[in-house]
Amino acid sequence: MADGTSVPVGVIGSTRPVARPRSSMKKFAQKRSTIAFLLCLPLILLVAGFVVYPAFYAIYLSMLNKKMTTFVGLGNFAFLLKRHTFQLVIFQSCLFAITAVVLKALLGFIIAHLMHNIPGKNQRIWRGLLLVPWVIPLALSTLTWWWMFDPSYSAFNWILNQFGFDNVPWLGVGWIARICTITVNVWFGTPFFMIMYLAALKSVPEQLYEAAAIDGANTVQKLFFVTLPMMRNIIAITVLFSLIVTFADFDIVRILTAGGPQDMTHVFATYAFQVGIQSGDIPLGAGVSLFMFPLLAFAAFFVLRGVTKRTKEIAA
Amino acid sequence: MSATTLEHAARASAARHRGSLHRQRLWALWGSYIALGVFVIMFLVPPFYTLMTSLKSSAEISAQSGSPWVVRHPTLENFWYLITYPNFQTYYLNSAIVTVATVVISMVIAILAAFSLSRMGFWGSQTLSTSVFLTYLIPPSLLFIPLFQIVGQLGLINSVWCLVLLYPTLAVPFCTWIMIGYFSSIPKELDEAALIDGAGYLQILWKIFIPVAMPGIIAATIFAFTVAWGAFLYPLAYLYTSNQMVLTVGIISDLIRGDVFQWGKIMAACLLASLPPILIYAFLMDYYVAGLTAGATKG
Repeated sequence: MADGTSVPVGVIGSTRPVARPRSSMKKFAQKRSTIAFLLCLPLILLVAGFVVYPAFYAIYLSMLNKKMTTFVGLGNFAFLLKRHTFQLVIFQSCLFAITAVVLKALLGFIIAHLMHNIPGKNQRIWRGLLLVPWVIPLALSTLTWWWMFDPSYSAFNWILNQFGFDNVPWLGVGWIARICTITVNVWFGTPFFMIMYLAALKSVPEQLYEAAAIDGANTVQKLFFVTLPMMRNIIAITVLFSLIVTFADFDIVRILTAGGPQDMTHVFATYAFQVGIQSGDIPLGAGVSLFMFPLLAFAAFFVLRGVTKRTKEIAA
Repeated sequence: MSATTLEHAARASAARHRGSLHRQRLWALWGSYIALGVFVIMFLVPPFYTLMTSLKSSAEISAQSGSPWVVRHPTLENFWYLITYPNFQTYYLNSAIVTVATVVISMVIAILAAFSLSRMGFWGSQTLSTSVFLTYLIPPSLLFIPLFQIVGQLGLINSVWCLVLLYPTLAVPFCTWIMIGYFSSIPKELDEAALIDGAGYLQILWKIFIPVAMPGIIAATIFAFTVAWGAFLYPLAYLYTSNQMVLTVGIISDLIRGDVFQWGKIMAACLLASLPPILIYAFLMDYYVAGLTAGATKG
């Protein structure tokens, strides 16, 4: 917890007006903070070496030309913005993230409510079953989806054929492929929302509902005037959190479509991979990745604010 | 006083409506069960289909007749093929090594840092707590290209050990974050008493904090395990020969050759590879859920 819990225990004693103990107390506090710093050192080194340094290195890299020999300033960014494919990538990343997060939040909310309706002792088994998509590594479950979306003889097309419809080229046509990638993300992420909301629902005091019932509130009013205001903070944190993860998603698009057909499903991460690793243009790839940063920073700011506010609520 | 009269009135009206209320409750209950059932079926379709396909022989899949949703001649040949396939064994072993190493390294770093940040404090420790949380929000896809260069400079391209070096950056921030939460909830009197008795800080950590915060440690360990076992981007970008690959990329690059998809084997491999997380989840679900919700509710 980021609030004032890190007050050293022993320092409280140092206010005593006796000369000798104070100096030994001071030494004690000094020794204490040295040890504290040493305990944090591995963390600091890890973050500095593999997060902070690469972040600045990315900025430097993105300002070089393809052979990494000359400095081109913001040339890569200007080049990217003018490119039609990259404009598609921006649009698709936003479409993918916003649609998927809204759907996940809605479905998660509905399922959490259904779960809250049933008796507590039965919730375990249902919760256990519904969390399975979240537990299987995403790269592996996406393979199954790929197989189910197979164009010729596949799970979904067989069902369509049974009802007399033609085969659908699931991953072969732009908009259908976009919907498919969003579907897989919703399937994977809804359990997370469900669990978060269920925990939040359980923390709403029962008395509030009783008071609302006595005042004559119906179910919809209870939802809008009791449940939602009480859960507002958790909903905001979960949505922003998921927005970051979904916006930066790589596995689903990479495995299902690898960006195709005609680059119509590329998102930032997959495009950066294709440009930077597969085509070997590392500066341009670093530039693509960096375009994610403004949105991530924006979301992170609000997540942090929400979390701090919530910590204070709990502490109060 | 007005509260008691209100309560009284409510109780009276409740008694009058008990019959209809009871029926309404029952309807709501059954409706919830039915709706939940529909959702469970929808969410479990892919795992079910994985299982069905993994039990089919290649001949049955390529015959393309009848419903693909049922298996007519169940066989374990796909599983047997994979278990005896040296490449697959290598992937499994590599995944296990990388995961165990990542979990151990991450937990040691996270526990030491969380103890220091939640109890001892030093100049700048507040800022450090905040930046740890911010680091947790950085997705792997933001930094994989500069890391590619850095890994290359370290000479670790196409070596599983680069994953051991990089995965902790994904696991440590969240583990530290939950551990700070759990450590802060331990009463200060405990370590004050130990300090007075002359215990050193590492003794306090080892003898008091770690045993008391065991649930948090298990939740954080599960998280680190999940991250290391399922990561896809780093191994895809940094590994390219099959003796160095881990499961997530090995399955894709090995069992898909050009346009030939051996779906039965791929699905069986997916099942085998998902087995460790599913087993952990089955036995430790409560810790798993605690870890999941801790991120936002423990704050």
